Amino acid sequence: MSDVKISYYDGTKSVKTIVDEEVPYPDGKLIVSRTDTFGNITHFNQAFVDMSGYGEDELLGKSHYILRHPDMPAAAFKDLWDTIKSGKKWKGYVKNLRKDGKYYWVYAVVVPNVRKGKVVGYASVRRKPSRTKINECIALYKTMLAEEQS
Amino acid sequence: MKFTMTVSPDFSPDHIAGWYIFNTWLQNQTKQAISLNLYNSFDKQREDIKADKIDLIYANPYDASMLIRDKGFIAIASPYQKSDEAVICVNSETNYTCVEDLKPGCTVATADDPEVSTIGMIMLEPADLSKDNVTVDELKNYVMVAKNLIGNKADAGFFLKEAYDDMSKFIKSQIRPIVTSEISVIRHTFLVGPNFLENSSISEDAFRTLINSMHESEKGASTLKSLGFDKWDNQDHEEAEFMIDLMETLVD
Repeated sequence: MSDVKISYYDGTKSVKTIVDEEVPYPDGKLIVSRTDTFGNITHFNQAFVDMSGYGEDELLGKSHYILRHPDMPAAAFKDLWDTIKSGKKWKGYVKNLRKDGKYYWVYAVVVPNVRKGKVVGYASVRRKPSRTKINECIALYKTMLAEEQS
Repeated sequence: MKFTMTVSPDFSPDHIAGWYIFNTWLQNQTKQAISLNLYNSFDKQREDIKADKIDLIYANPYDASMLIRDKGFIAIASPYQKSDEAVICVNSETNYTCVEDLKPGCTVATADDPEVSTIGMIMLEPADLSKDNVTVDELKNYVMVAKNLIGNKADAGFFLKEAYDDMSKFIKSQIRPIVTSEISVIRHTFLVGPNFLENSSISEDAFRTLINSMHESEKGASTLKSLGFDKWDNQDHEEAEFMIDLMETLVD
């Protein structure tokens, strides 16, 4: 267990307790959430609550980066935002941080919610990833993170 | 003017009579002539949708996207507390206990149901399985899927959960679920098309109220029972649009 300072894209920082323990993604479940165009959470399903470890009141209106794990490179999220802001679908493997400091891996797909030609928010659906892909991402993200910190 | 109603071909055979009863109820309530046209094939039904031959439809989430965004249909209601889920089963005598036990090169049996096939393939992803490394046998119906499992012609089979639940005890004793989806937010939806809204004598609001209060009358409640659910849950346009967004995340 260790305390790590995390810097977010909007300049805010927070100290999170990190526990090096994976929580297995449950078979068959989808985690669903929706944000406004700024990335603030507006909707979520029960699986989101269960896996994140946060209460509903702690999630609603908060930035989605509440789940950001320090092992995730910033470049991955930049790619996500650049992609969805251009109106396209983004897919990728993400290590998420739970409230209790543990983590869980997901395969995430994010799409813009387009209404009458205008993006009004983003929908994100996470599903169980393959262990092979997770292992590939552990190595890749470690390299990316080292480059970012050098 | 005569209108045409149809139902997504993945409806349970046990509810065929129910849809005819619903059609009669709807005609009586709306005072409109509506004929029910049931299809065995998703492709044939889609051809007729594209040719604007359908006015009302109980649509699967897959087709709802095209109907709402391309054809101008409007969402009215979904079955209350009933979501579309899929089950992956194996032969009971095999040693498979989870999807990770299935290996590349295995054979998967599925029915002609794009939604269940999509959810089923998603549930195989944790085992590094995809259409590129499994053999997919598309069969006529879920009974055939079960028979292929029982006859060891397939390692795994995809079922609509409702179809699996409706299987006989004899079949269920020979197959075993290894994973069931818990998606909750993907549902079939009753949609009404622009031709019906423009040319029938009933307004959208009145039609919505009629459908969503159906359970309140004795006749309406018994009709719903024959369809396999207790009441309709109102679906507004945004709810339907959001479900379409979610479906988009599930398809490549």
